[in-house]
Amino acid sequence: MSDIHAQDVAFVRDSMIPESPPPQRQAGVVKWLRENLFSGPVNTVLTILGLLIIWYLVSHFWDWFAHSVWNAESLAQCREIIAATWGEGARGACWAVIRERWHQYMFGFYPPALYFRPVMAFGFLMVALAPVLFSESLRIRRYVLIVTAIATLALMLLLKAPAGWLAFATAVFAAALWLAERQVARLLVFSALYPLLGVWLLWGGSLWGPIMVLGAIGLGWLAWRLLVGLSPLVAMIAGVAVTVGLLMFLVGPAADDAESLLSLSIIPVASDQFGGFLLSITIGVAGIALSLPLGIILALARRSDMFLVHTLAVVFIEFIRGVPLISLLFVASLLLNYFLPPGTNFDIILRVIIMVTLFAAAYMAEVIRGGLAALPRGQYEAADALGLDYWKAQRLIILPQALKISIPGIVSTFIGMFKDTTLVVFVGLFDPLKGISDFVRANFAWKGIYWEPFIFVGAIFFIICFSMSRYSMYLERRLRREHR
Amino acid sequence: MKKSVFLGSVAALAAVTGGAAMAAEGDTLKAVKDRGELICGVNTGLVGFAAPDASGNWTGFDVAVCKAVAAAVLGDPNKVKYVPTTGQTRFTALSSGEVDVLARNSTWTYSRDTDLKLDFIGVNYYDGQGFMVRKDLGVTSAKELDGATICIQTGTTTELNLADYFKANNMSYQPVNIDSNAEGEQQYMAGACDAYTTDASGLAATRAAFADPENHIILPEIISKEPLGPAVRHGDNNWGDIVRWTLNALIAAEEYGVTSTNIEELATNSENPEVQRLLGASDELGAMMGLDKDWAKRAILASGNYGEIFAKTIGEETPIGLARGLNAQWTQGGLLYAPPFR
Repeated sequence: MSDIHAQDVAFVRDSMIPESPPPQRQAGVVKWLRENLFSGPVNTVLTILGLLIIWYLVSHFWDWFAHSVWNAESLAQCREIIAATWGEGARGACWAVIRERWHQYMFGFYPPALYFRPVMAFGFLMVALAPVLFSESLRIRRYVLIVTAIATLALMLLLKAPAGWLAFATAVFAAALWLAERQVARLLVFSALYPLLGVWLLWGGSLWGPIMVLGAIGLGWLAWRLLVGLSPLVAMIAGVAVTVGLLMFLVGPAADDAESLLSLSIIPVASDQFGGFLLSITIGVAGIALSLPLGIILALARRSDMFLVHTLAVVFIEFIRGVPLISLLFVASLLLNYFLPPGTNFDIILRVIIMVTLFAAAYMAEVIRGGLAALPRGQYEAADALGLDYWKAQRLIILPQALKISIPGIVSTFIGMFKDTTLVVFVGLFDPLKGISDFVRANFAWKGIYWEPFIFVGAIFFIICFSMSRYSMYLERRLRREHR
Repeated sequence: MKKSVFLGSVAALAAVTGGAAMAAEGDTLKAVKDRGELICGVNTGLVGFAAPDASGNWTGFDVAVCKAVAAAVLGDPNKVKYVPTTGQTRFTALSSGEVDVLARNSTWTYSRDTDLKLDFIGVNYYDGQGFMVRKDLGVTSAKELDGATICIQTGTTTELNLADYFKANNMSYQPVNIDSNAEGEQQYMAGACDAYTTDASGLAATRAAFADPENHIILPEIISKEPLGPAVRHGDNNWGDIVRWTLNALIAAEEYGVTSTNIEELATNSENPEVQRLLGASDELGAMMGLDKDWAKRAILASGNYGEIFAKTIGEETPIGLARGLNAQWTQGGLLYAPPFR
């Protein structure tokens, strides 16, 4: 048209035709449906099949969900209410069991008056994670912190937390928000301290324990710092030796002495009182936090040229991957008791965390090794050409790229590990899925209830795992540097 | 650096294994007293026998044994730590010393008593394996179950009993393996099996919890002996005596009419010399096993005598509604027979 000028033609329209909507078939819902669901005969058949399956499922289960009972004291009462409301023979879900026992699904046998402590520990966990997980986006970090603070404080109020604790939590959240706006690096100090704080909040006891542990780590660091000029190897050995030695021999008595001078104790809670999601999340978070660094070290060791390091890594990884997690848990809970001297109090949750961590770390190592192998050889050579030593090359060039490639695999391992925490039921701990449900059913009032606990627990697991998977996708998007 | 990491991990390993030593056969009574707490292995949850309520307090027929022992030894029935054990972990938990006593509806069998090095100290419930079927199946006797599909919990004595019974009667069956009681009920309700078999006490509780108990019957045949009792590990006979005679004290108390309500009165003015000895009014029976003279009194006060415990937890007044049957006193035609306190 561009070469046709107004003077060449007899009639030139001097006003534009008003825009008209696209044809019905090419717009809106109809277009979307045509393009996505009915684009060809195969697609059409699949769509209809899918709809039929959905209809089949909904028509079978809808009445069960629709006839939900939330207020009852026993399964028998639920049945009466359902029969009275929707007629004889109607079936329905009895969610009253969740309403009566939700606290046990969440906290196990944790003392009800202290429920606010795990809630607080979980809120602080979010504060500790925010600068790590959302290091680049101030907006998201602010959003996460504000939501966490409000939710945690509201829950603590609801659980009737003492005013002192409320003030403490408010102060921590306020400081975290302020730091997050101005100096995120400082907030990382809180993240580093969080493990001790979290353990103290969950298990209670004297605050001197964590303080002394911190002191032992500090003295170990001091030893390393003083000797590192002489020889890095000696310094490292000295640092580890000082820390381990202090932890084994001095920390306990020192904490007791300090406690007798100035009591900083809160009510202790024993490990066997943990249960439900509190247990799953404790084991899961500890396992995740520990298995990633251990997995990286194992992956590097497996790719090492040093024979002994390489062999040990291969043996460890292949052994752990060749053994089911349940057998490792049995070893942790039963076999260790035979070897340790009687009366040794080696906490069962700690034992389980160690086993779960070792298990996840072996898988993690292979995932990360895949990432390392996927890097072009040129990257390693470039690092060498820059004159970087091994650790600098790994830290600055190799690992950032390798870990980025491995994100989906790493998060899959995390999700798998978190779900595996339900296996602790086999060593007599109360996982939310079976442990708690079994003893809830052992009460005659709820005997015979079956699907409701599974659906409730499954839904919560789904929320947590789905969040992890969405975060991994966000992280992948954020770290995408190349233009695709 | 790499080498130092390796050395560090070796040091850590050495630290863990360095403390290893053989679990010695200790003095359990002393250990319990020093600890101030009895560690009792219980079921992870079995209706009527052991279950925590909404506030986490354990109650039940087996739990009552734990409470009685704690009351006898420590003077307080609440000084018990309950360690839930599964079918797989229960005996290892006991022999490794994780629990002091196992009160977890475990069947007393020859190999468990000898090969597993446990000591069953008595029987607190005589159970037996039975069958439940739907009424409309038209079966009235277990002998008519030839060719039936049967839901059966794996890894238990019930599985072996079932095989024995069908073999002895020249019948065949199709097992549907299940993992837990809850799953068994679900499979049975869904029609995956014609009959559900487990201990008769469990069947009664299961049936009572159904929406339509009238449509299901428990067949009259009891195909096995399941004497359920508390167990302790080999090697500490005094501790075994304490648990055994605590249970005997509960049983004897019912026989002599000592209840938690009249015990104070009987302790001072009972005419019966056996009751006097039992309650420490005469003779120092407790000292013979390292306890004081009021041990039995405290044990009975913990949750009542055997009959009271039975009535409170699984008896006919409860929804589970078990009759005393074999678990009545020998004077009432049952099997409970406590040796004399002398």
